[in-house]
Amino acid sequence: MLRVQIPLIITFIVGAALIVAVFVPHFPFYEANENFSVYFDLIAVFAFILGGGNLLKIHGDRIWKKGRDWKYSMVTVVGFLAMLIVGALKIGGPPGLTGDVSADGSWFGFMYDAIFVPLQSTMFSLLAFFVASASYRAFRAKTKEASMLLVAAFIILIGRTPLGHYMTGWLPPELQFLHVPNLSNWILSIPNMAGQRAIMIGIALGIISTSLKLILGIERSYLGGESK
Amino acid sequence: MAEDRPSTEERKPAARKDVIDVLKAIDRRIIFLLIALAVILPLIFHLVFSVRTSPIVQAIFDKVEALPPGSKVMVSFDYGPSTVPENQPMAEAVCRHILAKDLKLYMMAVWATGPPQVEVLATNVIERDFPSKAYGVDWINLGYKAGNQGLINAILLNLKGMYTTDVHGASIDGFEMMKDVQNLTDMSLIICIGSGFPGVREWVQFAGDPGRIPVAGGVTAVEAPLLYPYYPRQLLGLMGGLQGAAEYEAAVVKKYPQYKEHAEKAVKLMGPQTVAHLVIIAFVIIGNIAFFGERRRLTRAKKG
Repeated sequence: MLRVQIPLIITFIVGAALIVAVFVPHFPFYEANENFSVYFDLIAVFAFILGGGNLLKIHGDRIWKKGRDWKYSMVTVVGFLAMLIVGALKIGGPPGLTGDVSADGSWFGFMYDAIFVPLQSTMFSLLAFFVASASYRAFRAKTKEASMLLVAAFIILIGRTPLGHYMTGWLPPELQFLHVPNLSNWILSIPNMAGQRAIMIGIALGIISTSLKLILGIERSYLGGESK
Repeated sequence: MAEDRPSTEERKPAARKDVIDVLKAIDRRIIFLLIALAVILPLIFHLVFSVRTSPIVQAIFDKVEALPPGSKVMVSFDYGPSTVPENQPMAEAVCRHILAKDLKLYMMAVWATGPPQVEVLATNVIERDFPSKAYGVDWINLGYKAGNQGLINAILLNLKGMYTTDVHGASIDGFEMMKDVQNLTDMSLIICIGSGFPGVREWVQFAGDPGRIPVAGGVTAVEAPLLYPYYPRQLLGLMGGLQGAAEYEAAVVKKYPQYKEHAEKAVKLMGPQTVAHLVIIAFVIIGNIAFFGERRRLTRAKKG
């Protein structure tokens, strides 16, 4: 019983206090907000331990049972442990708890620069090739809506480069609204913003209702049980 | 052997292959090759276009320009190596402008991959263009702390409670520029250079709005459309992708031509981006020509 009720009480008190602190930024709510924020950051650090343990458990199981793609799991575990060990032991760098983990000469810094940076850059760079290929295969003016999307995409693609200025920069002032960069800005500032705002308001309403359900103890799945 | 050869009838469709068939089945390796050439050739031949600053980027430049010397500006490096080509030029352009204006530059990161980018910036911008600027007096690297938006919320109320040391582990009380800083409201401007969560949106929601601190942002081209709802009231300006970075660089070079030599990284990269965009547009057009050609052929076949 206490295993459920105590977390529910803590959630209610913290949630209610933080909501009140937004509207009443005075003692004791302002201080409570400040302290809870610091506690949150302390707890967030422990999430790394939980995340690391979880990663080792899932991939360790897969390697042990030789499950699907277990060889990739091996790469993940070796990579994780290698970075963790050289970082935690500060190999090659200044020792001690406050020693800079990425100082010149440290193995962690070297592995970050020589392995992690090129890998991430390569993965992201490949997107350009796949976007080009996918656009060619999938971007078809099959319907009126798709045609509008296509035209908007062309305007944005050209408008987000200096080419837009060269193409329509000669237009007289009364036709400046047809200048490609202006059209591109209009698409982003009017139709795009309207759509984005609608989505954001919907998400915000969803967050409010979920948060209220958590604070009031209606949603309890985060405790490992089922919602009421 | 003779049996393996296709009969005359089987070979017929291949012989009848027309333009539409060719256009609708371009090998993806050709597309990849052309994209590679679209990026490599402009770099080899130094294809550089002149860039004009748009109002949404100019607003950030004007804000920095309007700050009196000594004002404090926080720049958050919330990105990693994957988006460096887009984010690093905008970070460098903004920090170059801040230091040229004699403002105090505070750098931190909500992303663990941010601090190494600060080190790159220190080498590329501060050591090269501002050798007289002293660490701890004119600029400081506070480093990374865990907590995402929780960290932003915490430093809005108490920065020194979260950052007791700088990125190198030195006590921040020993730095001159930290003496009169208690929390984020001491900043005249916050600029988040980001590429996802947590990023510009969280800086607006957890620092800019509650603390009434002006916030500006620089993000990847993919993320920029998502942030337009905050502009201009909650987000005073936004640099979107490489183009945004190039526009800020153009504004800096126009006002401070002495930094032209090192300050046009994004402007130089706009050549490959422009050609790559043209190649993508060309392939979309080719794909649609093939699509409509095929549809027309099918309609004719049905009628026939």
